[in-house]
Amino acid sequence: MTMFENELKNGKFVCSECIKCNKLVWPPSDFCSNCFTKVRWRQVSAIATLVEFSKKDDTVFCIAEFEGTIRVMGSLEAKSEEILIGQEIVLTKCDYDGTERFVFQLK
Amino acid sequence: MVGAGLTKFTRSNISIESLMLLATKSLFENTKNLAQKDIDVVLTSTSDNSKYLASIVSELAGLSPKISHSVESLCNSGANSVVSAFAYIAAGLADIALVVGAERFDSPGRILEWDRSRGEYKHPIYWSSMFTKAHMRKYGTTKEDLAIVSAKNHKNATANPYAYFEKEYSVDEVMQSKNLTEEIRLLDCSLPCSGSAAILLASEETAKKYTSCPVWITGIGEKTISAGFTKNTDLTTMQSTTHAATDAYKMSKMQASNVDVAEIHDAFTICEIIELEDLGFAKKGEASRYARICYETQDRKINPRGGLIGSGHPLGATGIAQIAEICQQLQGKAEKRQIEGAKVGLVQNMSAAATSSTVLILQS
Repeated sequence: MTMFENELKNGKFVCSECIKCNKLVWPPSDFCSNCFTKVRWRQVSAIATLVEFSKKDDTVFCIAEFEGTIRVMGSLEAKSEEILIGQEIVLTKCDYDGTERFVFQLK
Repeated sequence: MVGAGLTKFTRSNISIESLMLLATKSLFENTKNLAQKDIDVVLTSTSDNSKYLASIVSELAGLSPKISHSVESLCNSGANSVVSAFAYIAAGLADIALVVGAERFDSPGRILEWDRSRGEYKHPIYWSSMFTKAHMRKYGTTKEDLAIVSAKNHKNATANPYAYFEKEYSVDEVMQSKNLTEEIRLLDCSLPCSGSAAILLASEETAKKYTSCPVWITGIGEKTISAGFTKNTDLTTMQSTTHAATDAYKMSKMQASNVDVAEIHDAFTICEIIELEDLGFAKKGEASRYARICYETQDRKINPRGGLIGSGHPLGATGIAQIAEICQQLQGKAEKRQIEGAKVGLVQNMSAAATSSTVLILQS
């Protein structure tokens, strides 16, 4: 498993960050997509902004934006009528079982 | 382009090379004066995992080309491969190129596992739901607007003998079809299926040997913005399509108002609505009205063969089937689907949540 997968399995969302230009490289990679410099791994903020959401059966799924750059799809534990685009949400759970899983709640 | 061949789109359990051989056989039967020794490029288009496919198809069809290889770019593989063949001919490396695309109903190309940004929501219904919700929010697009696109394309497909679907669906039937997500119903989606399509490209000097009415590629635009879905920053538009259309229109000195007939990539109903806007057929927020008028007046200008929704979507064949349809339209050979007097056509083919697109302008 990669560093990203291992950490995600341990409940930590880490992302690659360029050691030279400090760009967050997402999806994770070994080199910066801006300058090809090596990356370090760091935990991503748990707070995200809600970009869009929809629902399948009773599960709300959404796009969340972290630190103004990284966008990820995950589940949002909230009722549709309570949700506002642009509001802050919190990453409460993540996992990796062959598939990346992200779970959010309203802040 | 001087010849085409198609198979019926089905859910058959048939090998990828057999599908490609069927379309190639059909192309040879449809193209006068074509001999196997004439072909100096064979490009195969698919997201199937098969190895060495262009050489396998060449051997099965009795071809010994100078250049042969596969082109894989998920749903955009077909138009990508035609552009590659164009480039070989334009560069003077070849005169005659066979491009054949195919897919099986169970293709591994349906889901891009690499895209970690989709999390557990990797199936295409999730990205299409995000585009749909965003367009509804910004422009007031309704579920009925979406259903009209599906009803229109299913109706058009009834005149296409190669289409998977053979019956019409009313707007109500589309709206009552199974809910997949809050915005998307089953009949808002294109269906993965088995099928193949082939196109023959020739140099300007040799084209007239094979047909009296060749179709010319006069505009090409291609653009990749990313592989991951969430790099689409504005979910009400398809940035790669906008870039590709700008380049294709510029190269051909044409604009949307000159286009008589178009095949555009309606993987989901929302795709057709956004593409109509991004290609310049309608202003932003007005494509639903445009599609509704097409439906109510039975105007087949957009997706006359039924698009992906009516015809089915065998990934690697789709772009080539779109191009084959526009060729038939511009040659006056589209039978019941014919747009009278069509002289300028457009094809838009895209991949993986519009992260890449190809736009072609074709002229008689």
